[in-house]
Amino acid sequence: MEWANQLCENRQFGSKMTDSKYFTTTKKGEIFELKAELNSDKKEKKKEAVKKVIASMTVGKDVSALFPDVVNCMQTDNLELKKLVYLYLMNYAKSQPDMAIMAVNTFVKDCEDPNPLIRALAVRTMGCIRVDKITEYLCEPLRKCLKDEDPYVRKTAAVCVAKLHDINAQLVEDQGFLDTLKDLISDSNPMVVANAVAALSEIAESHPNSNLLDLNPQSINKLLTALNECTEWGQIFILDCLANYAPRDDRESQSICERVTPRLSHANSAVVLSAVKVLMKFMEMLPKDLDYYGTLLKKLAPPLVTLLSAEPELQYVALRNINLIVQKRPEILKHEMKVFFVKYNDPIYVKLEKLDIMIRLASQANIAQVLAELKEYATEVDVDFVRKAVRAIGRCAIKVEQSAERCVSTLLDLIQTKVNYVVQEAIVVIKDIFRKYPNKYESVIATLCENLDSLDEPEARAAMIWIVGEYAERIDNADELLESFLEGFHDESTQVQLQLLTAIVKLFLKKPTETQELVQQVLSLATQDSDNPDLRDRGYIYWRLLSTDPVAAKEVVLAEKPLISEETDLIEPTLLEELICHIGTLASVYHKPPSAFVEGSRGVMHKRLPARTGSGESTESPDVGTIAGGSGTETAPSIIPSQGDLLGDLLNLDLAPPTTTGPPPPTSGMQMGGMDLLGGGLDSLMGDESEPLGGDIGGSAAMGAGFGAVPAVMPASLNAPMGGGLGDLFDLGGGVGMPLGAYIPPKTVWLPAMKAKGLEISGTFARRAGVIQMELTLTNKAMSVMTDFAIQFNRNSFGLAPAGPLQVLSPLSPNQTIEVSLPLSTVGPVMKMEPLNNLQVAVKNNIDVFYFSCQYPISMLFVEDGKMERQVFLATWKDIPNENESQFQIKDCHLNSDAASNKLQASNIFTIAKRTVEGQDMLYMSIKLSNGIWVLAELRVQTGNPNYTDLEISVKCRAPEVSQCVFQCCEAVLKN
Amino acid sequence: MSHEAVRVDPDMEYLTPGVVDLEQMFWTGLGATYTHCNQVWPNLYIGDKKTALEKPGLVEMGVTHIINAAEGTWNNVSTEMIHSLFLVNPSGDIFLEKHWKSVVSRSVCDYFLEAREKALDPEDVPPVISTPHHYLISIYRDKLFFLSVIQTEVPPLFVIEFLHRVAEMIQDYFGECSETVIKDNVVMVYELLEEMLDNGFPLATESNVLKEMIRPPTILRSVVNTLTGSSNVGDKLPTGQLSTIPWRRAGVKYTNNEAYFDVVEEIDAILDRTGTTVFAEIQGVVEACVKLSGMPDLTLSFMNPRLLDDVSFHPCVRYKRWESERVLSFIPPDGNFTLMTYHVNAQNLVAIPVYVKHSINFFESGSGGRLDLTVGPKQTMGKTVEGVLVTVHMPKTVLSVSLNATQGSYTYDNATKVLVWDIGKLNPQKLPNLRGSLSLQTGAPKPEENPSLNIDLKIQQLAISGLKVNRLDMFGEKYKPFKGVKYITKAGKFQVRM
Repeated sequence: MEWANQLCENRQFGSKMTDSKYFTTTKKGEIFELKAELNSDKKEKKKEAVKKVIASMTVGKDVSALFPDVVNCMQTDNLELKKLVYLYLMNYAKSQPDMAIMAVNTFVKDCEDPNPLIRALAVRTMGCIRVDKITEYLCEPLRKCLKDEDPYVRKTAAVCVAKLHDINAQLVEDQGFLDTLKDLISDSNPMVVANAVAALSEIAESHPNSNLLDLNPQSINKLLTALNECTEWGQIFILDCLANYAPRDDRESQSICERVTPRLSHANSAVVLSAVKVLMKFMEMLPKDLDYYGTLLKKLAPPLVTLLSAEPELQYVALRNINLIVQKRPEILKHEMKVFFVKYNDPIYVKLEKLDIMIRLASQANIAQVLAELKEYATEVDVDFVRKAVRAIGRCAIKVEQSAERCVSTLLDLIQTKVNYVVQEAIVVIKDIFRKYPNKYESVIATLCENLDSLDEPEARAAMIWIVGEYAERIDNADELLESFLEGFHDESTQVQLQLLTAIVKLFLKKPTETQELVQQVLSLATQDSDNPDLRDRGYIYWRLLSTDPVAAKEVVLAEKPLISEETDLIEPTLLEELICHIGTLASVYHKPPSAFVEGSRGVMHKRLPARTGSGESTESPDVGTIAGGSGTETAPSIIPSQGDLLGDLLNLDLAPPTTTGPPPPTSGMQMGGMDLLGGGLDSLMGDESEPLGGDIGGSAAMGAGFGAVPAVMPASLNAPMGGGLGDLFDLGGGVGMPLGAYIPPKTVWLPAMKAKGLEISGTFARRAGVIQMELTLTNKAMSVMTDFAIQFNRNSFGLAPAGPLQVLSPLSPNQTIEVSLPLSTVGPVMKMEPLNNLQVAVKNNIDVFYFSCQYPISMLFVEDGKMERQVFLATWKDIPNENESQFQIKDCHLNSDAASNKLQASNIFTIAKRTVEGQDMLYMSIKLSNGIWVLAELRVQTGNPNYTDLEISVKCRAPEVSQCVFQCCEAVLKN
Repeated sequence: MSHEAVRVDPDMEYLTPGVVDLEQMFWTGLGATYTHCNQVWPNLYIGDKKTALEKPGLVEMGVTHIINAAEGTWNNVSTEMIHSLFLVNPSGDIFLEKHWKSVVSRSVCDYFLEAREKALDPEDVPPVISTPHHYLISIYRDKLFFLSVIQTEVPPLFVIEFLHRVAEMIQDYFGECSETVIKDNVVMVYELLEEMLDNGFPLATESNVLKEMIRPPTILRSVVNTLTGSSNVGDKLPTGQLSTIPWRRAGVKYTNNEAYFDVVEEIDAILDRTGTTVFAEIQGVVEACVKLSGMPDLTLSFMNPRLLDDVSFHPCVRYKRWESERVLSFIPPDGNFTLMTYHVNAQNLVAIPVYVKHSINFFESGSGGRLDLTVGPKQTMGKTVEGVLVTVHMPKTVLSVSLNATQGSYTYDNATKVLVWDIGKLNPQKLPNLRGSLSLQTGAPKPEENPSLNIDLKIQQLAISGLKVNRLDMFGEKYKPFKGVKYITKAGKFQVRM
């Protein structure tokens, strides 16, 4: 403000008056001198001395030796001096616990002072003194302060409870401070409420299971009232706390949203983002056809845009969050593309984030603009940024099909600039474009080949080699080009070597006559002259393949490659959901679940978005049974009928396999994409939002994180098609050597025709050669032809997920039956089910979507390497506590121990040792589940007494929940 | 005989990354997935506590020895929001540290300093950095880094906002925010920090509340204090602290009651080569200086409030009134404050006040090039454009420039490759022109990258969005205040592509 100068224009007062003088004492006996001054009789001198001590402290000097002298100055009626001493105390009390006791009396006295400022100061400071010995002295004063008549003191005391809890949690609980704190949520003063909420949230973090913040409609109402009146910081605490609340129905959800929306206009960006979090979360519960839903969407955009005009650091955090928001709800910002245009003087970290969001928002409508911008960026100075811009052009081509042509020509323009790193980056992305749109843009290959010599980065070289190998038949001098690379084979990076090997083999299969020498050369380079196991193994496989069956080789090496997908860079949906619940936090900046990097006292609570619940429906006990209208029974197979509008959303699920010409890409990213649509839907049926993952089952949170990140590493890498081919090869090889004869339960009817509009499904599960298979019999009992089959699983205890699409290639005509075998993987999302081996399945065809659930024998999760070393077995057996042991009996089983052992072995239940004691054979067995859980068992077979045909089995496992299932399996295996 | 160190071949393609790189990969890399245990070298694993405690697993992997590299203090997790604050000057010296709980070694800043080294500009240092046990969240402001250390999941925006508040508070108290000023007033800064944050919870961040607790230094007061020994720490509870209007203290008295409002607008724009607007928006702010006695209740209305796309308000503004009537109704804080900020991004509404005719050519031979710049007024609504300053970031190979300016003066900094042309007032009759030759480093090829041009300007008495204050009414007090409104338009991030 130009005419209204600062009230306190004060820059120029003599240096004598400033604190810099405190730094000038550099003489030797500095501490000694200070000591003398501190003990001076003159008040002023004392104060100056304390100031000097504080000044030394601020620059990191150790002045703890002065502790007793400084504490002596504490009893004073000069507030400034008192504050300074308190400052000192907080810093050094921990290192001088005995001395700190000296201060207790003063604190207790100050807490009774008539001046509320001094009372508050005392209670605040004493909470910062982290010395066990004195905490108990502080309980009484704290109790008084929590009930003080002055709200300022109460609010300070509320925070002090959190501090004390951090030092001694037990003490706080014993003294009943938590209840007092809960009472403060109903305080008349909003500032006190906010601090109480903050303190409780903080304490609750270290007790993940405690019910400290008991959120109910009444307390929520109080919080919402306080929200309007308290300080900006308090608003953040309250909003973050609100975000953890699960509204009962859409009406409550809407009313909370309405009351939170004004916070979007707050000047403090942290308040805005916390409000966005609450809205994004609760919006999930609103029906999409509601007018308010649309209003809310519109209201969210402007504040997000405004965040981008804040300081760059704020922008960065905002952009990281916007990145999540546009993935979850692209409609919010779809018209705001321009605000993400990069400015020349944006810091690099802001530029890179903006670029990412531009691609996410790119659509047919705005692609021209986006491309023009990206082309502009490709001529900027910053190399990292330029590279990312070039890559972005490629991503646009893959994302927006209509733009592919324009993208390719833009990339060609860029290649013409001959700027080295631009050319290399462009070639890498053009390779991806080829993989997305085969047989469309190969005419540009000639241009690419011109730049062969300028490529010096492994990735670009590998990409170029891939292109040459893939399109060898169209490149006249492909052999020359590849040969030129071969000369420096040993100096290339592994990536390039592998690619070169594959490319030459491809070339050979396409033009066998001219290239025999070349292929021999590369095979010998790879197998004999290299000590890289990857390269060597790949070389051997090719060699063997080419020498035994060139036709098969052709099928493997030149197999049609799956198209790459645009979605490979998206965050996996379950992770995205979790991150949306953490908007505004560090998790949202790193795009990792908090459990992956925040350790310590915090439990592994996974947050999930609430499911939509209509206000009419009861959610008191929302299990499958009740929603199924009582028709669902405990036993499998149970059918979840599609009834009411609750399932309305589910019916529109897009379960169709991706509409691609080749076989759909088996990337788990795709699978999970489909999965979650369904998963979320089924969740809303289950209604159980808060159940944390069983720590033992399916791995810990960290494992979840692992799953979350898996799709991220799946994008179409050069090796993908090759890897796939080789994988098959190995599987076949493995299959032959495996003993067949694992127990497979007979097929049962899972979905009767009358419940599924004529489609009958029966099936079973099997483990064949290490691969879990779901074997289905589909019968069409309807009058019309069925087509377009697809299948998805809900999250389940062991992360079972289809490893490929349901292969029903021809339409199923009436009365026709087909057998389908669906390979399953165990890398899907995990959620503990009841019973543990329950699996909820959705099958879609051209008629409808049908849901059923079935139970799989847990034996199919027993992996082949489940045989434990004896010593380890012994140690583990001892190590598992006895309460984890369960005993079962198998009646009427006429097997001797060897027969039993053999039978079990076939199902990957391995006998490790056998002992005979008093006419009993004891078999010790180990099992390993696909998620790494070990199960140990002891089987007792009576040998002496032929009339006694019962077997006894004891199962020990760190996750006792699985014992029952394991036992059932053993029983089934032994009896069949 | 001593062993010779193993020499790492620098030409080998694989270089072992440093710890910071590894962490960077861990947090940002797409490839890294979190697992309990990773084989990082044949027969060498890095795993966590869980892995180390599961003997069967270890035996299975063939682990024979375990080295515990975990740090012991980890269990002592503090839930404090902001643990410590360090102030760092551009050369990397830490000149102030404040810990709100236990003392964190300043060596934690090494991670930050390393990132600082790597960044080209201080502005480019990433604001959130993770270290093994802490997160470092920093802002760069007034050529200083404000670096906070946090240990748990905290909203980063919360921390960043708070850090900006600290910087503003220092500015507010001492008139400027610089290393010298902070060092000169270190004790007071320290007291203020203590007052602003308690156990990681912001305590008092309102300037008027703080000023009652700790009085800002004035020449008079420091003289008086030295003479009388009285202190500059308030010994009464600030009045505003707990009322529902914490931003205003009670008992304000002025002999001259006045209220001034500045409507300041900044144009952020990107113009392409042909002068077409690629992107333009207006960031507006209404700054207020209100010196009114008692508890005045003000109402400020605009002629055209629908113009604004998004608004954010000082907490004093009653949001409901704005929602329903589009007027600003508030009890103002005493003194200077930001009443509202707003945002106009409808493209057609954004007038571009100047145009630039530019041409920059480099000779094919690579020895040099020519530059020709002309700046002229465009949509200025009849007002004069002043303070025009053109900044051009030249390609790296431009060694020197030899130019001729018809108005103003220019400088070229060879270290940063920045050409600054200070034009001043724009005269529509005689457009300023800057032309001449550029010389490149000998042997350097023709530059590929296009330079970019930034413009600074100022237009008095104009809010370029067209926003106009209609009237200001005061209720609740009897006296007649003196009222005033002023408009200024400035260039924000105003960029022209060449």
